[in-house]
Amino acid sequence: MVKRDESSELLRELVAHLRQNRTQLREEWVGRISETRLLTAMTKEEIFAEATSVYDSYVEALETETFEALQAYARNLSERIIPRGVETHEVVGIVLLLRDVLARSLFAKYQTDFKKLNGILDAYEPAANRIANTVAVGFVQERERVIRQQQEAIRELSTPVLQVRERLLILPIIGVIDPQRARQLTEQLLRGIRTNRAKVVVIDITGVAAMDVTVANHLVQTVEASRLLGATVIVTGLSPEIAQTLVTIGVDLGKMNTVGDLQGGIEQAERLLGYKVMALAETS
Amino acid sequence: MEVPILKQGQVLIATFQAALSDADLNQLRSALVQQVVRFRSRAVIVDVTAMDVMDSFASRTLREIAHMIRLRGAETVIVGIQPEVAFAMVQLGLTLEGVATALDLEEGLAYLNQKFKIMK
Repeated sequence: MVKRDESSELLRELVAHLRQNRTQLREEWVGRISETRLLTAMTKEEIFAEATSVYDSYVEALETETFEALQAYARNLSERIIPRGVETHEVVGIVLLLRDVLARSLFAKYQTDFKKLNGILDAYEPAANRIANTVAVGFVQERERVIRQQQEAIRELSTPVLQVRERLLILPIIGVIDPQRARQLTEQLLRGIRTNRAKVVVIDITGVAAMDVTVANHLVQTVEASRLLGATVIVTGLSPEIAQTLVTIGVDLGKMNTVGDLQGGIEQAERLLGYKVMALAETS
Repeated sequence: MEVPILKQGQVLIATFQAALSDADLNQLRSALVQQVVRFRSRAVIVDVTAMDVMDSFASRTLREIAHMIRLRGAETVIVGIQPEVAFAMVQLGLTLEGVATALDLEEGLAYLNQKFKIMK
């Protein structure tokens, strides 16, 4: 109990010191930030403004020993700087710099009284580390939230099911297919077959870089399910890599109708549907 | 509840209702296999539009019907499988290999017409 009182008294003294030397320490910190070339995405004025609020929140967190306000501030800050391309190492870096700058000033102040310095550091270090932790975690959480949001946005853009001719649909797939997207694709396609009364579907996977077992099997299932609805599926644009993967992992593509490229696929689909496309000059 | 079997030219048409017991399915299977020869039909259309869920027994029966009809010298077309049902069946491994499928009754008849020229 006594120890705790003593520690909080030291902490009070520490906070008073930090308040007193606010201008100087802040400037030193900003100097260190630009020296180490952190936060290059931001202007000097912006860095200074943010540094001021970070400094104040930092001291406040030391004083009150509560981290909620700092956490909220860290989240808010991350929200503003993430879109500007600030990296995790930069955020962690500046907080650690501030910790170092403040520690140095404590060394300078108490260099004559070693015992006191020890006590002050005992009070300062755990709190400072916790602050650094809080800010870093806040930043990473915000980043993850942004990534999740973007993933959802990409998923929503997803894949259109397009009708190119009466009863002929194409489904161009671009990008990475994860199991969730694969399922969504299948649902969209099957619904599209029904509403457009499609007889032939061309699935073009030219834009798909890689495919794993799960997704490949899903593709096969999609082809079979489409057949149950009475539609023939033609898969086009299998890259050599995907072809090799599929053969290696032993996915049964025997039931699949594959054509080299999208053009070939559409031509074959037209043949199946009984269309004949020719240039106008040839007919006259 | 018995499934009615309609005769339309050389085609037999059986329409599944929503709730069919296993006994009804068995009854339908034997009725179809008998009638396909009795009426000298060339094809059977099984319409499953009304089924929004298809359990494994029903899908297996469908496949059995199709294969038995083939042994009796006619062709089966399954029509009207719902998208969700189609995907569920495939995931269960019930892909009705070798059985013709079509979007709906109209498509099924058009397919048979093209194949056998039987509607005229």
